[in-house]
Amino acid sequence: MKVYALTLAATLAAGAAFAGEVAPADVVFNEDGAIVASLSGVAGNPAEGAKVMTNRGLGNCVACHEVSALSDAPFHGNVGPSLDGVGDRWSAAELRSIIVNAKVMYEGTVMPSFYRVSGFTRPGDGYTGKAATEIAPLLTAQQVEDVVAFLGTLKE
Amino acid sequence: MKFKALTAVAALMVAMPAITLADPDDDTLVLNGETEMVTKAAAPAHMEETGIDTVMSGWHFRNDDTQAMQADDFDNPGMLAVESAIEAWNTVEGEAGKSCASCHGAAEDSMKGIRAVYPKWNETAGELRTLAMQVNDCRTNQMKAEPYKYDSGPMAAMEALISVQSRGMPVNVAIDGPVQAIWEKGKELYYTRTGILELSCASCHEENYGNMIRADHLSQGQINGFPTYRLKNAKLNTVHGRFKGCVRDTRAETYKPGSEEFIALELYVASRGNGLSVEGPSVRN
Ligand code: HEC
Ligand code: HEC
Ligand code: HEC
Repeated sequence: MKVYALTLAATLAAGAAFAGEVAPADVVFNEDGAIVASLSGVAGNPAEGAKVMTNRGLGNCVACHEVSALSDAPFHGNVGPSLDGVGDRWSAAELRSIIVNAKVMYEGTVMPSFYRVSGFTRPGDGYTGKAATEIAPLLTAQQVEDVVAFLGTLKE
Repeated sequence: MKFKALTAVAALMVAMPAITLADPDDDTLVLNGETEMVTKAAAPAHMEETGIDTVMSGWHFRNDDTQAMQADDFDNPGMLAVESAIEAWNTVEGEAGKSCASCHGAAEDSMKGIRAVYPKWNETAGELRTLAMQVNDCRTNQMKAEPYKYDSGPMAAMEALISVQSRGMPVNVAIDGPVQAIWEKGKELYYTRTGILELSCASCHEENYGNMIRADHLSQGQINGFPTYRLKNAKLNTVHGRFKGCVRDTRAETYKPGSEEFIALELYVASRGNGLSVEGPSVRN
């Protein structure tokens, strides 16, 4: 019931920018810290999600995580745990939350927030070292959904 | 709800070992087959709260080839810069008609032990000076010459020449007395999570040294080896140049080389290496 009400609020708030897309500031976490509603309203594409995860300019998730299914991409790091089997460990709503803002589930984690636009110290303009003029989230709403879809396929 | 919370805790516990395990190697750095360097040392007392009991040179985190390059001055490309700095040391520049040698004589004698204690408080000027600041102070005030650009090649080379005279001596910067407030500021900067990626120096070099971030083997981010010759850009790199690169990689607005912030950070980071041998110029990838 609670979840339903919150989801509805999120949907209403999103209205402005892209129809059916939830803006970073309007994302709603439920009492378990999960994000129930899709950010884009469009089903995620796992193949695109895999690309986002290996691309250095996008998710670059493999910089910190080992993912056996992505072994084609070179050099997986081990700052975070292996993501093999995360599709069994977490629901889509929970995975969405971890990607949007991992600090909600893991207080103080080194994992960056991929769909957030405020609260930063000295935000920069990409990797230029210059001050940011405007802050875009690291991933788009659809890219987050694509990654959620890909992670959902990682079952033991 | 309860179940979800427990899953999160379990996942957290699974993640822990990867974060605390460090796997630097156990090799020994013997310089030119003669001088054994201290590349691991008991952490200084001020680091007690960090949980790190051993501080380690970045040398341990590099591969065997890179390590070997540093062990032999004939193979160390950084030594070429030392050669060029010897020339600069003896060259008269500026309106006072002096060279470094005019006042300091042979660098081998006058510069011995200097690198190990910088950044250092200068009583007369009432300021904390990095080695680069001191070199430029001599250039502008003593020689009436143009200062070197803070993180330039000539500055890095001069720092290398000065460092070489302290190789093997333990880093021993003071952190109390007049510099304490600056040291505290440096410490705060070390733990500040910057940029869109929200990472602090500690996120990578304290919590994750020994781990891989993409293809990079994370070290403790020590500066006892500076200036460092990096194979990646094939030149000598200054401390502030390196800091700048690391801050930039958090997708942040960086501080400038020579800025108050980087001077404070340099003092703090240097103090985390108290006890390690001065290695500069070292070789890194
Ligand atoms: C800077 C390193 C870093 C990056 C980049 C990173 N993560 Fe993480 N991630 C972590 C860490 C560390 C944890 C473990 C949480 C903790 O204890 O801090 C984690 C946890 C996770 C978890 C929970 C894992 C489990 O087994 O329960 C998922 C899922 C995850 N990350 C997905 C991603 C995705 C997807 C990306 C890219 C969009 C990504 N991460 C990028 C560091 C990172
Ligand atoms: C005209 C004489 C003069 C010249 C020329 C000169 N210096 Fe100095 N230098 C000094 C004096 C005097 C001090 C002590 C200054 C002080 O404590 O403020 C000093 C201090 C130093 C120190 C710090 C030593 C310590 O004990 O902490 C370094 C390093 C140094 N000089 C490097 C250089 C270099 C490199 C050059 C050439 C680019 C140079 N100096 C040129 C006079 C000179
Ligand atoms: C995203 C992770 C990351 C962050 C955050 C980071 N660094 Fe680094 N740093 C690296 C990597 C990767 C290297 C190269 C491998 C190594 O030596 O760790 C490096 C190297 C260094 C080195 C060279 C060490 C040597 O032995 O040559 C120093 C010094 C350093 N970092 C200092 C800092 C400081 C100070 C900060 C905070 C302002 C910082 N780093 C933040 C990733 C990071």
